[in-house]
Amino acid sequence: MSVLVVVECDKGEVKKSSLEVATYGAQLAAQLGTSATAIAVGEASEASLARLGEQGITKVLYDKEPRLKDFVNNAYTKLIATAAQQEDAKVIVLANSNIGATVGSRLSIRLQASLATNVVELPKTAGGQFTVKRGAFSGKAFSDVVLSGERKIIAVKKNSIEAQHEAGKTAEVVAFAAQLSDADFADAPKQVVMQDQAGGILLPEAERVVSGGRGMKGPENWHLIEDLAKALGAATACSKPVSDVDWRPHHEHVGQTGITVSPNLYIACGISGAIQHLAGVNSSKVIVVINKDPEAPFFKAANYGIVGDVFDVLPKLTAAVKALG
Amino acid sequence: MKFLVCISNVPDTTTKITFTPDNKEFNKAGVQFVINPWDEYALTRAIELKEAAGSGTVTVLNVGEADTEPNIRKALAIGADDAIRVNAAPKDAFFVAEQIAAIAKEGAYDVILMGKESIDYNGFQVHGMVGELLGIPTVAPAMKLDMSGNTATLEREIEGGKEIVSVNTPFVASCQQPMCEPRIPNMRGIMTARTKPLKVVAATGDAARTQVQEYALPPKKQGVKLIPAESAGDLIKLLRNEAKVI
Repeated sequence: MSVLVVVECDKGEVKKSSLEVATYGAQLAAQLGTSATAIAVGEASEASLARLGEQGITKVLYDKEPRLKDFVNNAYTKLIATAAQQEDAKVIVLANSNIGATVGSRLSIRLQASLATNVVELPKTAGGQFTVKRGAFSGKAFSDVVLSGERKIIAVKKNSIEAQHEAGKTAEVVAFAAQLSDADFADAPKQVVMQDQAGGILLPEAERVVSGGRGMKGPENWHLIEDLAKALGAATACSKPVSDVDWRPHHEHVGQTGITVSPNLYIACGISGAIQHLAGVNSSKVIVVINKDPEAPFFKAANYGIVGDVFDVLPKLTAAVKALG
Repeated sequence: MKFLVCISNVPDTTTKITFTPDNKEFNKAGVQFVINPWDEYALTRAIELKEAAGSGTVTVLNVGEADTEPNIRKALAIGADDAIRVNAAPKDAFFVAEQIAAIAKEGAYDVILMGKESIDYNGFQVHGMVGELLGIPTVAPAMKLDMSGNTATLEREIEGGKEIVSVNTPFVASCQQPMCEPRIPNMRGIMTARTKPLKVVAATGDAARTQVQEYALPPKKQGVKLIPAESAGDLIKLLRNEAKVI
């Protein structure tokens, strides 16, 4: 019995959300009195995989099949299922990402496992019951869910656990071959198109987000958002009305029907805070609201607020961040 | 082409969430229920594709008790041809997926569409489970879907970009923005929906793999700390020294 952690890699490096998942998996393994093994998917360097030892992983399985560089649902499912069976993994931990949740749901059928997505804490395992806490109702509530199957799959919400870094510890990287056939790649992508991300920071993975709404008046003013984001090392985002009128691309839309984010810092500029927007951001650790309307509902959900004109306030914030050095 | 569109009955997006006194169930009292917003993309796109082809059918499927029928009728009013309701309260994603897979198998549907997730349970699970139960491809979450004969071309969202994926029928896709502009029913649709067939069937088994033990609301916010606009820079000092997030 072991814990198997699925780590997603991109451009040779382990994604930030997977470092969190690796930490979660290692801590869970310690709780269960076992060890945590990882299976790597995507484009990984052996050095970056070995560094997963810093998160407490002891062994990393890596299949060098080049077609696994991009996400292929069937192939990833077979790869992870094969690893789970080889390692006799009773718990599989993934990121609650588009890849993790998509593969997790197929895996749950293939391995006859109970699946919980959007998980925000380590499970409670006392008394033989396995209970996880997960986000529900679009971030407006939590539920404690009992996973009853012999095997469990957990998809961990991003930024809900801090990745540990125990310097100097390394994991053993072991070649792994899942014996994938051409048929396993029948649903491989024909093309992968990457979009420009402000400062190269992926919004779903960002620790800080600067977001703009209709109060920004138009796309020509977005440099104010981008300047502050750049100074903070943050990703940029927007509200639904902004993406609906094409001021900003859809992939920046956060909210109930857009991307759900849970950064350490979310700065909302000129966003009134409709309940549907809040649903996508209300699990952020610290929310800052800048709005000239003191009655904007977003202030009720904020930790810090400035009642003022975004066009005056944003340059002051950017200058203050730069002054920090 | 036979489309099967799976819809969930969820609390209106503006609902204030509360639970029964024992925190075991969502408190439905006074709550308006709507078609899950993600499912509206699936429904509208299926209708658009059927209309573009000039033939085919769109069947709506809901796993739910009789109180979900107003929203099933709404889906028929938007343009679906007929509907099936599996007469059971949804227990968990696995239970729902098993119902969908059984109906899909029996009806030999070509395309099975649903929303990316429901806004209440937020599982993002059912599409993959259905695909695996039926042994057919799943594309999730899909932002674009076009059909040419029996081949579909989809854009699938990945972190930082998108994949262009091509699959043959049958397949499952979960839908999200910006796939289409969801339709609202017109008066003619509402009138015709009353006479469209709505079949009620019994559930297949009662297997579930998860059980909700308790719901809880997030801790209440402490209240906002306001910083005067003229000294906006002080906010940055607070974020560094007090909140410790920069």
